[in-house]
Amino acid sequence: MEFGFTTAAYVVAAVLFILSLGGLSNQESAKRAVWYGIVGMALAVFATLVGPGSGLWLLSILLIIGGGLIGQYVAQRVQMTEMPQLVAAMHSLVGLAAVFVGFNAHFEIGNVAQVMAIKDSAGQADLSDLGAFAKLIAKKTSAELAILHVELFLGIFIGAITFTGSVVAYGKLAGKVTSAATKLPGGHALNAAAAGLSLICLIWYTSSGGFFPLILMTLAALFIGYHLIMGIGGADMPVVVSMLNSYSGWAAAAIGFSLGNDLLIVVGALVGSSGAILSYIMCKAMNRHFVSVILGGFGGPQGEQMAVEGEQIAIEADGVAAALNDADSIVIIPGYGMAVAQAQQSVSELVRKLRAKGKEVRFAIHPVAGRLPGHMNVLLAEAKVPYDIVLEMDEINDDFPDTDVAIVIGSNDIVNPAAQEDPNSPIAGMPVLECWKAKQVFVSKRGQGTGYSGIENPLFFKENTRMFYGDAKASLDKLLPMID
Amino acid sequence: MKIGTPKEILDGENRVAMTPDSAAQLQKLGYECLIEKGAGTAAGFSDAAYEAAGVEVVKTAASLWKAADIVAKVRIPTETEMKRLTKGKTLISFFNPAGNEEGMELAKSKGANVIAMEMVPRISRAQKMDALSSMANIAGYRAVIEAGNNFGRFFTGQVTAAGKVPPAKVLIVGAGVAGLAAIGTSTSLGAITYAFDVRPEVAEQVESMGAEFVYLDFEEDQQDGAATGGYASVQSEEFREAQLAKFRELAPEMDIVITTALIPNRPAPKLWLEDMVKAMKPGSVIVDLAAERGGNVEGTVADEKVVTDNGVTIIGYTDFPSRMAAQSSSLYATNIRHMMADLTPEKDGKVNHDMEDDVIRGSTVTYEGEITFPPPPPKVQAIAAQKKPEVKELTPEEKKAQEIAAFKAQTKQQFTLLGVGGALMLLVGLVAPASFMQHFIVFVLAIFVGFQVIWNVSHSLHTPLMAITNAISSIIIVGALMQIWSGSFLVILLAALSVFMAGINIFGGFLVTRRMLAMFQKS
Repeated sequence: MEFGFTTAAYVVAAVLFILSLGGLSNQESAKRAVWYGIVGMALAVFATLVGPGSGLWLLSILLIIGGGLIGQYVAQRVQMTEMPQLVAAMHSLVGLAAVFVGFNAHFEIGNVAQVMAIKDSAGQADLSDLGAFAKLIAKKTSAELAILHVELFLGIFIGAITFTGSVVAYGKLAGKVTSAATKLPGGHALNAAAAGLSLICLIWYTSSGGFFPLILMTLAALFIGYHLIMGIGGADMPVVVSMLNSYSGWAAAAIGFSLGNDLLIVVGALVGSSGAILSYIMCKAMNRHFVSVILGGFGGPQGEQMAVEGEQIAIEADGVAAALNDADSIVIIPGYGMAVAQAQQSVSELVRKLRAKGKEVRFAIHPVAGRLPGHMNVLLAEAKVPYDIVLEMDEINDDFPDTDVAIVIGSNDIVNPAAQEDPNSPIAGMPVLECWKAKQVFVSKRGQGTGYSGIENPLFFKENTRMFYGDAKASLDKLLPMID
Repeated sequence: MKIGTPKEILDGENRVAMTPDSAAQLQKLGYECLIEKGAGTAAGFSDAAYEAAGVEVVKTAASLWKAADIVAKVRIPTETEMKRLTKGKTLISFFNPAGNEEGMELAKSKGANVIAMEMVPRISRAQKMDALSSMANIAGYRAVIEAGNNFGRFFTGQVTAAGKVPPAKVLIVGAGVAGLAAIGTSTSLGAITYAFDVRPEVAEQVESMGAEFVYLDFEEDQQDGAATGGYASVQSEEFREAQLAKFRELAPEMDIVITTALIPNRPAPKLWLEDMVKAMKPGSVIVDLAAERGGNVEGTVADEKVVTDNGVTIIGYTDFPSRMAAQSSSLYATNIRHMMADLTPEKDGKVNHDMEDDVIRGSTVTYEGEITFPPPPPKVQAIAAQKKPEVKELTPEEKKAQEIAAFKAQTKQQFTLLGVGGALMLLVGLVAPASFMQHFIVFVLAIFVGFQVIWNVSHSLHTPLMAITNAISSIIIVGALMQIWSGSFLVILLAALSVFMAGINIFGGFLVTRRMLAMFQKS
């Protein structure tokens, strides 16, 4: 097949991918947007398979189908609460693939050099045995080869960080690795040393072209990925996951450069910028600097934190039910605790019952609620909560003073008034949902302890707050029959 | 257990503490309901209606008091009634515990539990049983109606063929529950309504009802209403003078004055003095809702309507809720019903008198042979605190200047970014080969497109966004496919593995995105 056809197909695929991302601007067009993505991907794969110089079709197709079956199995079985883990796991695959493709590029450069060395009588090297990619390399000048070295080096570097980082993130999200921030002795000095080593390897590699610096750098990058993410705590996971998302894109783009493939570059750049924007949004929602999130842990508080006065007053299900029966407007604030307790179905049932009685029920979603950007929206959607009553923080924060009852289910820091009231609080200045302005607040919480971040939450001590202790799902199930 | 309601003994009291509707609800809580013959007649509820609701009609008061475990009534019980109580019986009624020492002693000696409806604490949870508020609401409404009845003109202004009618001017003193109800009624009848209260924080509530709040020219740190449970407290002498001066100024203009000012556990403050009454136009009407506690107006006679020498009518009725017995009975019965619901958490028809509960503790005045009045202060306050001083509003000019400055800063920032970026680009172009630059341009443009597109993605779709970008970042499969045909076995192996992994990602990513998006539904 002609080269021109492949390029044309790539252009169409790139346009489809852009449309696919653009379509996510609202829920209805998003459903169409997925199809753009699928068609774009199919077109790209097809064009590559029939394109110039590719071979081993049967093997390729078998592998795609095999991988596809696994992917399909996973996609159908995964629980919506496990989405963060799944996304992290998938990032690791992209990272590893980028590492492999990068190594391949290196090997091919070596092969081409060998073949080029054996010249036939006409002074022409015999390139007929080489693959499509190798032929491409053979045409390159030495300056281009040097750039190629840098590109594949970068691709492997980013890919390797993405791989181990995503594996660790997966472990943390799935609860297989402790979610607390842990660092090896030496802390960030180790990361810096590994990064320095990688830089040295880059210079070494571009001058020598040998395999050793490449493998050394790969090990260093794998270490950075592991250690960097280990040092970041569970509550910062939304940022980490979107950052890894970004990295997987940049890795693809770097590989695209080394392969001279524009489609890879375009898609990699799209994904990379998407992840970067998501990280930015998440950081802003937590009022933290990207760097400080990446460096892990909270900075020490700058002064004495305000002492919290008062006591936490508990309430039973009947009290909550009475308040809900009397309330006209209700706002529910879900958090990670709801996901952990798998309480979204019970929440949905509660909402259905309350709405059937003509009450105004809405959800307030903080941008960093949960462990993944938009995590709560997906969980609520799964439980068939209509999306038009699920509102963002900015849309609903002003409505709290007119709200009769606010119910906080398994969230903590995102409703912490200390962010506004106490300049010495570690989360001072972070935008929070001002639920304490509602006439009454119920907090469904497992026990009296502080949340992940270990910050005391004055909300629980406010006069209009009642603590509804217990597992979120069990509590709500107890509450449901009392709503009449 | 049985809950019973006797006929009110006090002359002219038309209310009844149980209605057929509330009885039906009480039966749901597991109680049997009794009512004395003819108890609801004055409020418009016939014995037949009670019987239809499953209530047993008892012939005499004596047998009702004997049969019922819980007695619910309206007015403070008389001595005869109190003597009918026995150990373990519960009485729910207005009780005026602060001024009813004998009643409490009697209940104590009898061993009965008494819940005083006026002692229900003012917290959000207890609003549904706050009988003072529900009765005050009726009193406020009725005060306006009663004033209209004695006022010779329209409330609303009209221009008719037969001449122009000026609107009536109404002043409401005290914007509590009764005051606010009166404001609402008066404004909806079309009068120009003014309202005054010593708690400046209620100005907003007054204005929300459509009345104009009368401000005093007076500088003093006002006490926060939240500290006194939302009730007014005693004012300083200077404040009182300023207040009276304002009333003197208003008196000649006002057609109707309704006073509702009460301070808990004190006689009503005198706010509308004789000279103000004299200054009013003939035909004006004053309704004094505080008449029972001595009245806010000089010249009020409790339970009477008097006309002064200059033709001003002063109404001092104290039975406004009773004058609307059907309405007030149904509200009061609902208050009682809610109280019973709190007393019966298990809905098993058995009273669980939980003295740990703020509301029940607060309203119980005698319990198991002990006087439990006054109660400890409730743990919660539900009244809004005074507003903090507002942030100074920016003038339009300042706002505009700020916007311009922000725009300039933004322009500057963009220019700098573009400049630096452009310079870097040129530098790269100087050294890099042409083939690289071609790809580089594509890369930069793609990032640009990416930023523009992704900013528009809805917040709620961030998880699907991640899943779909995940799927399309598997485009790396294209690279692997290009490499898979190679002479080297190692290269084939690595490429094959990459193809396999990317395959997982493509299918997994797209399918899971589709699954998620299918779940988003509009209501």
